[in-house]
Amino acid sequence: MKHTISILVENHFGVLARVAGLFSARGFNIESLAVGETEDDTISRMTIIVSGDENILEQVMKQLNKLIDVIKVNEISASSVKRDLLLVKVSSNKNNRKDLMQLVDIFRAKIIDISSGSMVIEITGDEDKILAFLELLTPFGIKEVARTGIIALSRGH
Amino acid sequence: MAKCPNKDGKLITGAEIITESLIKENVDVIFGYPGGQVIPIFDTLYDYDCFNFILPRHEQAVVHAADGYARVTGRAGVGIVTSGPGATNTVTGLATAYMDSIPMVLITGQVPTHLIGNDAFQESDVTGITRPISKHNFLVKDIKDLARTIKEAFHIAESGRPGPVVIDIPSDIQKASFEFNYPEKAEIRSYSPSYEGNIKQIKKAAELINKSKKAVLYVGGGVIISGAYKELIALAEKANIPVTMTLMGLGSMPSDHQLSMGMLGMHGTYYANHAVQKSDLLISVGARFDDRVTGKLSEFASNAKIIHIDIDPTSIAKNVKVDVPVVGDAKNILTKLISEVAETKHEEWVSTIDNWKKTHPLEYKQDDNLRPQYVLEILAEITEGKAIITTDVGQHQMWAAQYSNIKYPRSFLTSGGLGTMGFGFPAGLGAKLAVPEKDVFIIAGDGGVQMNIQELSTAVDKNIPVKIVIINNGFLGMVRQWQELFYKKRYSETILTGNPDFVKLAEAYNAVGIRVTKKSEVRDAFKQAMEIDNTVVMDFVVEPEENVFPFVPAGKALHEIIRGLA
Repeated sequence: MKHTISILVENHFGVLARVAGLFSARGFNIESLAVGETEDDTISRMTIIVSGDENILEQVMKQLNKLIDVIKVNEISASSVKRDLLLVKVSSNKNNRKDLMQLVDIFRAKIIDISSGSMVIEITGDEDKILAFLELLTPFGIKEVARTGIIALSRGH
Repeated sequence: MAKCPNKDGKLITGAEIITESLIKENVDVIFGYPGGQVIPIFDTLYDYDCFNFILPRHEQAVVHAADGYARVTGRAGVGIVTSGPGATNTVTGLATAYMDSIPMVLITGQVPTHLIGNDAFQESDVTGITRPISKHNFLVKDIKDLARTIKEAFHIAESGRPGPVVIDIPSDIQKASFEFNYPEKAEIRSYSPSYEGNIKQIKKAAELINKSKKAVLYVGGGVIISGAYKELIALAEKANIPVTMTLMGLGSMPSDHQLSMGMLGMHGTYYANHAVQKSDLLISVGARFDDRVTGKLSEFASNAKIIHIDIDPTSIAKNVKVDVPVVGDAKNILTKLISEVAETKHEEWVSTIDNWKKTHPLEYKQDDNLRPQYVLEILAEITEGKAIITTDVGQHQMWAAQYSNIKYPRSFLTSGGLGTMGFGFPAGLGAKLAVPEKDVFIIAGDGGVQMNIQELSTAVDKNIPVKIVIINNGFLGMVRQWQELFYKKRYSETILTGNPDFVKLAEAYNAVGIRVTKKSEVRDAFKQAMEIDNTVVMDFVVEPEENVFPFVPAGKALHEIIRGLA
């Protein structure tokens, strides 16, 4: 079972190492991790995806809370807004360029660089959308992929 | 003490900010060891008479001594060491203090800020190294942050679940100048331990207690840290609940109290372990269900509902499923709990346990041989539980826990969580400095005592008259015991040949050495040692292959306890 944890931390040096160190020391596995400043530049938000049962989730959240630099820990529910950003460089030539552009259209992705042998496409979305897109690109020849990892906010207030 | 300057509002150096801040924190004893990157601090200390500065002969002993001081006083012990090897030598001591929730502030020198990350001489990544073994750590990169950081370090170390805090201070920060203003309060928005305890949870706990017929109080170091001894005894007496203590909890209730069952766990008493297994309610206070306590987890107190009171939420439901968790300070929670529980008697349950106490007491072979248990029994008798006992780790530690008849909190100092050899002696020095009026007995094996034996210099030089009781069996006894019982007596590297003559060793350091080889000499030897106003090394040459019993082998359930004498 995957859980999305959103953590507000002091925007200091060394805080990421504390959080990452906690996961390795306690044997918890991080599936993805994204960090960035929030609207308050003294606070950063970390979005971490962990897998494990409810007990593991409970321990992870308590242990995170115990870190002095951690201000707040939340589990983000399944219904919240989650986005991942992917850059993918895919082989292309004049024969398949049209097909690729169609796919990009359907997925509401964006072509941000194009050359004679390849193009770089940007797509945002939840994990399912990104995986589906990658699967459809595979036959064209994926050269490189970079992902931000999931970031998330809860809906409403 | 004399000459204690006050430099509030003055422009002073970082080194002076450090010493001034320590004065503000009412620090009286500092343990430290100089080195290249803390020379400015030591130069400042040269002008200050308001600290009793102690120079242990190894940085590991600096930290253990500060730890011993903290265990006795409940206040943060303070250490100052240099960068690189000075700091890395403190790692074992920090980990020891962290595992046992001991408040401490350790100041480490660091290479100047412009050299950090350069692999400079005596540079190490101290915040990186100490991160998993400290409650928190700081690297001070700006002199403006120095005073506030020290304030926060003491606050974090001493509040909530206490622990060691490291402040890494580059030498250029020590030399820089800034106006000194020590904050009144530490304000850390991301840190606010909860002390009170949720009243609804407390009421639920009281309901369970009132319904139970065979409850057991299982208490740990948290009771001692929070100072909840009176409340513990009041609760136990009002609801008539027998009490068992973890190694760290010893002293929370006098061991001769009628409701005390002594220690539980791997080398706990038969009656404590059986009571836990047969209980219908286990009330854990300030303990953490450590594997040495629970034995086989799936069969631990399997018929009992569990109430878990702890200030650290991560301790709750980490190892066992808990029915009623209560997060907060033990003293506050027990106070409220006492008023919620009904006054009652559990005659059948208490008499069952009393009966076990009679039929299955702690015991060892009574003959003419000098057995370690006898040594410790006599020590307990002579000191009447009024002395402070520190231990190393191993067989002697367990015998000390079993036979010391510990009556008062903060009087039994032992490395419970990390199990650190070499802890007892320096911790004993810290303890003696904290309460000079008390006798301090350091119980050690012939193995562990050699891990910080250099502290004989410190003890004699500073006239810190402690008594070292070496339980000398010529073995690394606890490992030897496991080898005997589980590895076909293959005594791989546990035979200590080449031990020094401990009496001569003591004399070489200008301490006093006493050797005891006969049972009949034990009592007089202790009396003699207590009359000597110097450090005394007592070499008790004991039965070499004595084992610690009772014994719950690793991975077995508590009721599968081996008594040993049968």
